[in-house]
Amino acid sequence: MSVIFSDKGKSLIVARDRCKGCELCIEVCPVDVLEPSDQLNSRGVITPAIKREGKCTLCTLCENMCPDLAIYIMPDAG
Amino acid sequence: MKQQELEHPHIKEMVSYELMGKYYNPFCPGCGYGIIANTVNNALLERGDLLSYPLITGVGCCCYMPFILVGNSFYCLHGRALPFATGLKLANPKLKPIVWSGDGDCLSIGMGHFMHTARRNVDMVMLLLNNEVYGMTGGQMAPTTSSGVTTTTTPFGMRESSFDAVKLAIDAGATYVARWTIAQPFQIAKSFRKALDHRGFSMIEFISICPTYRGRLNELPSPVDMLRQLKADTVSLKDAANMDEDQLEGKHVVGEFLERHDRPELSTLYEKLWSERGGRG
Ligand SMILES: Cc1ncc(C[n+]2csc(CCOP(=O)(O)OP(=O)(O)O)c2C)c(N)n1
Ligand code: SF4
Ligand SMILES: [Mg+2]
Repeated sequence: MSVIFSDKGKSLIVARDRCKGCELCIEVCPVDVLEPSDQLNSRGVITPAIKREGKCTLCTLCENMCPDLAIYIMPDAG
Repeated sequence: MKQQELEHPHIKEMVSYELMGKYYNPFCPGCGYGIIANTVNNALLERGDLLSYPLITGVGCCCYMPFILVGNSFYCLHGRALPFATGLKLANPKLKPIVWSGDGDCLSIGMGHFMHTARRNVDMVMLLLNNEVYGMTGGQMAPTTSSGVTTTTTPFGMRESSFDAVKLAIDAGATYVARWTIAQPFQIAKSFRKALDHRGFSMIEFISICPTYRGRLNELPSPVDMLRQLKADTVSLKDAANMDEDQLEGKHVVGEFLERHDRPELSTLYEKLWSERGGRG
């Protein structure tokens, strides 16, 4: 699990080993901030990453469209 | 410590976590079933009282659903999820069964049960997962396969006409009927919450994607291709009113089709009968 973006007390998290590489999150993002990363996970699939200058609006559409709970938004601790 | 905080809060509630100590999602990459499961989990955990919502599945890829769902589940014979749920409801009218059924499961082998459960208006939520093929057994044609679609048993394209589950449910007497595609997670969530509060037989049909069989054999090999095609083929109920039959060929009309409160519900009828007779029996 790694945080790929943080803003307004919330973080966008990718659980890399759960990702099956379907790229639905990249397709549905309304502001187009996700892209395929250069990393393979333990299943051997390409996982999503945030674009270099991308600004995620934390709209939760990718979270709702991920069949594998591999990308989601959580409030930061504390 | 840090690892713990980052984990998704639903993982520990799931059946797969209880059985194997880890999250296990058995579906193919990009299968739409996971999207529906996550939406239903959100709604059920919001209610809290998981024991009131037994999950009943028929046979098909959807019988793997309980792995990624929260709550208690029962895995029925092929097509027999609805009669099992009717029995549960009559034995304990406080329960609200949630039935998961594939298009082959519900509309071919289980068609009789589907019609009669809708006719009797049994209080339950039926979720019909329509991926247009028999996914589990290798992508054979289903009664919902659209015309022209290639499957393993229709190599030259589907020639027969297909069923419209929404029309069937309305005619048979269901009291809440809706259809959504998996590209509409927010509408699915709203509609499912409404169905949970509705008293009577609710049927929600989900147009799902099966990249492995429906997609691969029809030049849509990736989940993203299938999602684009699905979005292009979706028509809202409002737009469909101005379109004729030829324009609607091969399209998925989505929306809330029906909500009525004028039909008696089965368990209420029997409860009344028992109280008139002074007990069951
Ligand atoms: C009585 C019986 N007949 C046939 C089968 C074989 N069978 C298993 S799943 C299935 C089709 C399921 O298709 P569908 O309901 O569309 O589910 P999907 O896999 O597409 O989710 C069939 C015919 C069976 N398990 N039991
Ligand atoms: S065969 Fe199709 S319906 Fe079954 S899990 Fe794979 S993608 Fe999903
Ligand atoms: Mg099917």
